[in-house]
Amino acid sequence: MAVPLLQLKDLSVAYRSRRGALRAVRDLSLEIAKGQTYGLVGESGSGKTTLALAVLNYLGKDGYIESGQVLFEGADMAALDEAGLRALWQGGMAHVPQNPFTALNPSMRIGEQVAEAIALNSEIDAPEIETRVLDLLAQVRLPDPARVARAYPHEISGGQQQRVIIAIALGRQPSLLVLDEPTTALDVTTEAVVLDLLRELVRDRDTAALYVSHNLGVVAGLTDRVAVLYASELVEDAPTKELYRQPLHPYTRGLLDSVPRLGQRKDVKPLQGIEGQIPSLTDLPSGCLFAPRCPLAIDQCWEERPPLDHPTPDRRVRCHRWPEILAGEVDAGRDAVEPIQVEDYQPETILTVEQLDVQYPIQRSLADVLAGEPARYVQVVDQLDLRIRSRETLGVVGESGSGKSSLARALIGLVAAEGGEVELLGVQLPARLDARSTETLAHLQMVFQNPEEALNPYLTIAESLRRPLRNLRGMSYAEAQAMVPQLLESVRLPAEYARRLPGQLSGGEKQRVAIARAFATHPDLLLADEPVSALDVSVQANILNLLAELQNEHDTAMLFIAHDIAVVGYLADRIAVMYLGQLMQQGPAEIIFDPPYHPYTEALLSAVPPPDPFVKQEHIRLSGEVPSAADPPSGCPFHTRCPRFLGDICVEQEPPWRETQDGKAIYCHIPIEELQAAQSPVLRFNGEGD
Amino acid sequence: MTTTTNPDLASESAAPVRGQRWLVSLRALLRNPAHTAGLIIFILFLLIAIFGPMLAPYGVNEQIVEDARQAPSAAHWFGTDRLGRDVFSRVLLGARDIFSLAGLGTLVAVLVGTSLGLLSGYRGGLFDELLMRFFDSLLSLPALLLALLLLGTLGPSRQSVLLVIIVVYIPIVARVVRSVVLSVKTRGYIEAARVQGESSARILFREILPAVLPALAVEAALRFSYAIFLASSLGFLGVGVQPPSPDWGLMVKEARDNVSQTPWALWFPAGAISILVIAVNLLADGLKTLFRVED
Repeated sequence: MAVPLLQLKDLSVAYRSRRGALRAVRDLSLEIAKGQTYGLVGESGSGKTTLALAVLNYLGKDGYIESGQVLFEGADMAALDEAGLRALWQGGMAHVPQNPFTALNPSMRIGEQVAEAIALNSEIDAPEIETRVLDLLAQVRLPDPARVARAYPHEISGGQQQRVIIAIALGRQPSLLVLDEPTTALDVTTEAVVLDLLRELVRDRDTAALYVSHNLGVVAGLTDRVAVLYASELVEDAPTKELYRQPLHPYTRGLLDSVPRLGQRKDVKPLQGIEGQIPSLTDLPSGCLFAPRCPLAIDQCWEERPPLDHPTPDRRVRCHRWPEILAGEVDAGRDAVEPIQVEDYQPETILTVEQLDVQYPIQRSLADVLAGEPARYVQVVDQLDLRIRSRETLGVVGESGSGKSSLARALIGLVAAEGGEVELLGVQLPARLDARSTETLAHLQMVFQNPEEALNPYLTIAESLRRPLRNLRGMSYAEAQAMVPQLLESVRLPAEYARRLPGQLSGGEKQRVAIARAFATHPDLLLADEPVSALDVSVQANILNLLAELQNEHDTAMLFIAHDIAVVGYLADRIAVMYLGQLMQQGPAEIIFDPPYHPYTEALLSAVPPPDPFVKQEHIRLSGEVPSAADPPSGCPFHTRCPRFLGDICVEQEPPWRETQDGKAIYCHIPIEELQAAQSPVLRFNGEGD
Repeated sequence: MTTTTNPDLASESAAPVRGQRWLVSLRALLRNPAHTAGLIIFILFLLIAIFGPMLAPYGVNEQIVEDARQAPSAAHWFGTDRLGRDVFSRVLLGARDIFSLAGLGTLVAVLVGTSLGLLSGYRGGLFDELLMRFFDSLLSLPALLLALLLLGTLGPSRQSVLLVIIVVYIPIVARVVRSVVLSVKTRGYIEAARVQGESSARILFREILPAVLPALAVEAALRFSYAIFLASSLGFLGVGVQPPSPDWGLMVKEARDNVSQTPWALWFPAGAISILVIAVNLLADGLKTLFRVED
C-alpha cells in the first residue's frame, strides 16, 4: 500500500491541569487513506474531540502530544514550524467545527470570508476569486449565492452557516477534512442536506475525511471505516458494515443496543443501555477500562489491560474475550431489560386541548409604537387540538421552531395560552400556573430538557425531592424525609445521594432525580420535554426505559416531546407530527413508519440517518428554510417546502383532516388513496442487518 | 479548568460533601495572600471595636491639660491633641462607633436592598420599571451630594448619618441583586420549582437567594467599606457625627486646623480609616469564594 494520507502512530495526547497531566488519548494508532471517510465515535469524555484537534495540531496551550506521531502525507506534523503549519491548514487539512456561528467572523461578509480562503491558496486575481466564491457557495447548495455572499453570518440560518463553513473548507482544496460533529446543532431535515453534500464532495473530489460524531446513524451512512473510542483508548476499529453487523467489543455492542432503530418499540425489543458511566480520566480502572460496565467482564478483565488484537487483517479490537464473541459462544447483549408491557389503556380521555393558541409578542421599537403600528406576534402554537387518553403515551415530534416545547409549556402553565381550552380530568385549567390549584399541580407534572438546569445547584437532592411531597401531597417534613430513599430507589439511585448537591451528580443521574421528583406526586399526566436529548446515548436508553417503567407503575399518561422520531417511536403509543405550530399527522405509533404519510412526515423519515448501514432509505429532501412563525404561510403551513405541492389550493385553503381505516389522520389536500398510491415505505430493511 | 474548553475533560467533578464545603471555601480564601491580609486586619479592627473600652488607657474625652499637644511617646502612643486628649484611646474607642454606624447602615441597606432587588427582578413589570427608574434618579446624584442634601433637611446627627447610609446604598444593593435574579429566574430549576407548587416567597428566598449570595457578599463588604468612608467624610465636613464623639472623620477635621503643631492627631485616625477600608476591600474579593457552589 502507498503511504497513507494520515497516519497516527502510538499517539498519546495530554492536557496540563492543576492535578497533573490528564491523558485524553493514549497509544492510539490509525491510518486514513486518500479519499477514505473515517468515523470516530464515542461518548463525551472518550477523547474523540481531542484526537481530532491533535490531528489538526490545534490543541491549544494546555494540550500537547505526549508521545507518538501524527504523520500527514508521510511528514511528521510535530516537526512543522509556524509557516509549515499555516501552509498545512491552508491547503492540506480543513476543519469543520460543531458550531458554525462561532467559527465565522460576525463582522465580515460571507463572501469575503470565502474569498479569504481561496486567495490564501492560489494566485488568481480579484474578479476570478469572486466567480470562485459564487461557485463554491452554489456547490454547497446555498440558494441565491450572490445574496448569501453579501450577507453577514447572523443573517443566514444555522444550516446555511454550516454550508458556508464547508464552502470555506473546500475553498482550500484540502486532501483531508476534519469534521467535529458538524451536524449536531442542526435540525434533522437540514442535517440530511448537509450530509448529502458531504457524501457527494468526498466522492467527487476524492477528499478524505475524519468524521467525529456521537451519532451512530450519521456514521453508519457516511463512513467507510469506524473507530470506537472509550475513555481515551481505541477499543474497536473495523469497516463500517462489519462493525454494525458484528460488533466484537462489548462497548460497541452496548452503544448499538442503546440507540433505538426506526420502528423499534419498548414492548417488543427494549433498548439495552450500558450501566454506569464513563470513568474519569483521573481515576481509570487498572485492567480493561470498560470492565466496570461490561456484562462479560471476567477476572482477567479486572486485572489485565487487554491488547489490541487483529481478529481479521482488517479489524482491530481491544477485548480479552473477542474470540468467544466472534464464535458466538458468549453474547454481549444484555437480557437485563424485559420488554416493557403495554397494558390496554382505557379509552377515557384525560386531557383535551381545543383550539390552543400560544403567541409571543415581538418587541416593537418606540418609533413603531408612536407610528401606531399594531403589535405583532409570533404564533408558536396555532389553533391546536389534542387528546390524550388515560395511561397512554402521546409522542410529539417536530423540528426546532415547530412549537412542540411551547405546547408543553402552555399545558403546564409556564406560558399563558392566548386562547383555547385545556381540560384535565374534566376540569378546565386556568391558563396561568399561579391560578392553578394544588391538585392540578399534583395531577400534571413535567420533566425538563436540560438536566443541568433541572435541579437547583444550591439545594441537596433530598431537599429537591421533599418539596413536591410537602407542597402538593401535604406531608410533614418528617414524612417527606422518610419518602426520599424510596424515591431515589425508584429511579435506581443509592439512598446516600440524598445528602449530595447536584454538582456531584452526572447528567443522567440529575435527570433521574428530576424524574423521581416529577413522579413524587403520582401525576395523571407527565409532560416530558426532550428529556434525553442532552444525554449520551448509553444513558439515554436507560432513562427512556425508566420513564416507561415508572409510567406503568403509576398509571400515568405521558406527553413525550422529542425531535428524534426513532426515540418517539420507541416510547409512544400514538404519535403526532408538528410543523409551525400545527399538527400535520397523528395516529398509532406502530403505523407511523408505513405509508400513507403526510408529505412532511415522509420527508422527516427520509432525513433521519438510521443507525444501520443496511437500511435502504427513500431520498426526499426539503428545499428552503422553515418559514418564520411571525409570518406563517397561508393555507397549508407546509406548502412552501412541500415536495408534493398541488397548486393554488395548498396556498389558499387550509387542508382537511383525512383519516385512514387504521386510525391515522393526515392534514393534507391530497386524498388518502392518492398518497397511498404515490408513496412507498421510506425505510426498507434488506435483511442483512438484524 | 483553566483555558481549555474541551468536552472530553468535562466529566470531572470531585466536589466535597456539603458539611466540608465551608472549610474548603475558607481554605481557598486563605490561599490568596491579599484576601488573607484583608481578613486578618479586619478581624483585628473588629476586636478593637469590641474590646476597645478595656484596652484604652484613657477615657474618650478625658483631658490631660498638662499633656496637650504631645508627640507620640511611651505614655501616649499616638500623642495627644490640642485639648490634651489621648489620640490612641480615641482611635480605639472610635472603632466601635464607626463599626456600629457603618455596620448597621450597611446591614439595613443590604436587607432592604436585597428584598427589593429580589422582588423587583422576579416580579418584573410595572413595579420593577417604576422602582428602577426611581433608583436610577437617586443614583444619578453623587453619593456625597445626596448625603449632603439629606443631611441639610434632617440636621446633622448620628441617626441622620445612619439614615443617609441606608438611603444611599439601598439602590446600589438592589440593582446588584436584581441583575443576578434576572439571570437566575429563567433557569430550569426555577420553573421546576413553580411547577412543584412553591410559593413566591420560598422561590425568592430559598431557590434564588443562594445564587445571589456570592455577588451579595462582595457587594455588602464593599458597601461597608464605602460606608466607613462616607461616614468619615461627613464627619470631616462637619455635617455628620458631632463633637465630642471620637469619630475618625471628625478627629481628622479637628486636627486639620492644628496640623502644623499636632500632625499625629491627624495621621492616626486618617490611617485607621485607610487601613480598614483597604482591608475590607481586599476581603470583599475573597468573599465570593465562600458562597459559591459549582453547578
